[in-house]
Amino acid sequence: MAGTGESRAAFLLPKDRVNDLIDLLWARGFRVVGPVVRNGAVVIDEVRAVQDLPVGRRDDQEAGVYRLQEAGGDLLFGVVNGPGSLKGIFYLPREPLIEMRRERGGFAVREVAEETQPVAALGVRPCDLAALEIQDRVFIGGRFRDTHYERRRQGLLSIVVNCTRAAPTCFCSSMGTGPAAPAGCDLALTELDGRLLVDVGSAAGEELVGTLALEVAPPADVAAARSEVDACATSMARAVDRSDLPGLLFDEVESPQWDDVARRCLSCGNCTMVCPTCFCHAVVEVPALDNASSQRVRQWDSCFSYEFAHIAGKNFRPRIRDRYRQWLTHKLASWIDQFGTSGCVGCGRCISWCPVGIDLTAEVAAIRARRGGTPS
Amino acid sequence: MTTPFALHAARIVERRLEAEDIHSFVTRFVDPEVRRKFTFAPGQFNMLYAYGVGEVPISIVSDPADPTRLEHTIRIAGRVTAVMTGWQVGDVIGIRGPYGKGWPLDSARGREVVIVTGGLGCAPVVGVINYIFRRREEFGTLHILHGVKTPNDLLYRERFDAWRLHPRTRVYLTADQPDKSWHYRVGVVTNLFDELVVSPTAVAMMCGPEAMMRAAIRSLRRKGIAEEAIFLSLERNMQCAFGLCGHCQLGPLFFCKDGPVFAYPQVKRWFGVSGI
Repeated sequence: MAGTGESRAAFLLPKDRVNDLIDLLWARGFRVVGPVVRNGAVVIDEVRAVQDLPVGRRDDQEAGVYRLQEAGGDLLFGVVNGPGSLKGIFYLPREPLIEMRRERGGFAVREVAEETQPVAALGVRPCDLAALEIQDRVFIGGRFRDTHYERRRQGLLSIVVNCTRAAPTCFCSSMGTGPAAPAGCDLALTELDGRLLVDVGSAAGEELVGTLALEVAPPADVAAARSEVDACATSMARAVDRSDLPGLLFDEVESPQWDDVARRCLSCGNCTMVCPTCFCHAVVEVPALDNASSQRVRQWDSCFSYEFAHIAGKNFRPRIRDRYRQWLTHKLASWIDQFGTSGCVGCGRCISWCPVGIDLTAEVAAIRARRGGTPS
Repeated sequence: MTTPFALHAARIVERRLEAEDIHSFVTRFVDPEVRRKFTFAPGQFNMLYAYGVGEVPISIVSDPADPTRLEHTIRIAGRVTAVMTGWQVGDVIGIRGPYGKGWPLDSARGREVVIVTGGLGCAPVVGVINYIFRRREEFGTLHILHGVKTPNDLLYRERFDAWRLHPRTRVYLTADQPDKSWHYRVGVVTNLFDELVVSPTAVAMMCGPEAMMRAAIRSLRRKGIAEEAIFLSLERNMQCAFGLCGHCQLGPLFFCKDGPVFAYPQVKRWFGVSGI
């Protein structure tokens, strides 16, 4: 595992050389993306230089709360996460797929495919890499492959940053997706005072370390980095008890807790927009004003929207209770049947970005507490 | 083109009015290569595309022996289908497919078949009935049970009358609210099961309102037909048709790729749960 780096030596990247890494990645033809501040929150977007990172910032998160603060200091990765994730890089919120152009007696069809550039993801969290792996299973793991996603996804270089601080909303430890980088990322960083410990996870990562001529890290730095990540793992205040989780939710389709949460849920869909794995989308027709051409456009949709399960003459999930139950049961239970993995990575975004502070971990616990019985 | 959303131009070669607001269209792919490669099974569906308007999933009702001549029956249900019923012979439309799992016709061979439908009639079962008639000797007795609310809802009256004339075929009709013209049974579709004499080894295929199907399943079970031999064609919102858009889920099932035809045990756990 790159995060624990047992088999390979770890290296040191001084913070004043992070720009060398960013420059090298751009020079190698990568589009470098990482955490950047937009409209008071961290999203994933292009990083041209170290100043683009949220240097010296820190996020305060709680259920229904997200604030960035100027914490001072030189921490590059002091912000745990924000509403944006890698999802928006590979699976665009809105994207034309095919275009029809009127011709005599009919129309011609072409695929709309823009030039893609391999992405280097710098400073993304382990949970987000886990989320990307889950999206891979959805979009390119089955018989029908989403070619738009696949083209962008190809050639990804992942430089993950291990978490040394958990937000109060984080619960990746219980989902098994963090806070240490998963195997298979190219490089894993751990931020220490004035420097970054670099673990190598692939040949591509090793080549970068060699080109930058990084020094081998002293054992004390390695030990310090490991212990900070370990401490982070045990510090998380939230957790999901995954024991018999699909069974619990499938059995409790009529739990009174669904009515309880429906009284609070606004059905706004924020949780699905910030979720790094939610993949549901609408496919809509967008004709040109002159009607000479028309596009089929894929755009993020949410199972919380009233129209989501609507067909002419019938709406299968008319109540908020139905839609919240669909979201939670899909995310934590039926997702496993469909894709062999939970749809939740424990990033906590759905908790922070819920305007009324509904907490997935608390809802699961409440359903479990009420299991098989009547509410007290 | 590699995207699974790619669609192929097809020309309308025949148009037929079935009933008010219901039209059947026979289409032929413009590209001979697409025409040559296309195959399907009864119960599968295509996504039909109207230029500048959108796509809808529509089941294929024609015979799989001639996939170059694809027939779809479309009822005006919403914005897109309203446009489609204006299609004329010679118009070019878009088609992609086929999608989903069809009826279990291989396992039904040699056995009696019970078809249960209701409401405004179901294109998916019309396809399977026609399929059996063209291969009549391969199947046992065919029982067609159809329930409507009022006689006006019986959209294919001539077709039902014609089906009666086929060998080893029994047609049972009932209306909830009959009028003077109605000379069939009165009551809900499950009443028809009183008359039904059928082997417990029969295969049942049904399509229609969920409440009707739930009642029909109970009746079929009382006839000794196994849950595994009861198949349902179900509907949900579908936008991609291959399990990516997420709209058609029921529990772990994607209707578009795991259905739209399901063996009853696949959906039993969720069948009848409100709002699922």
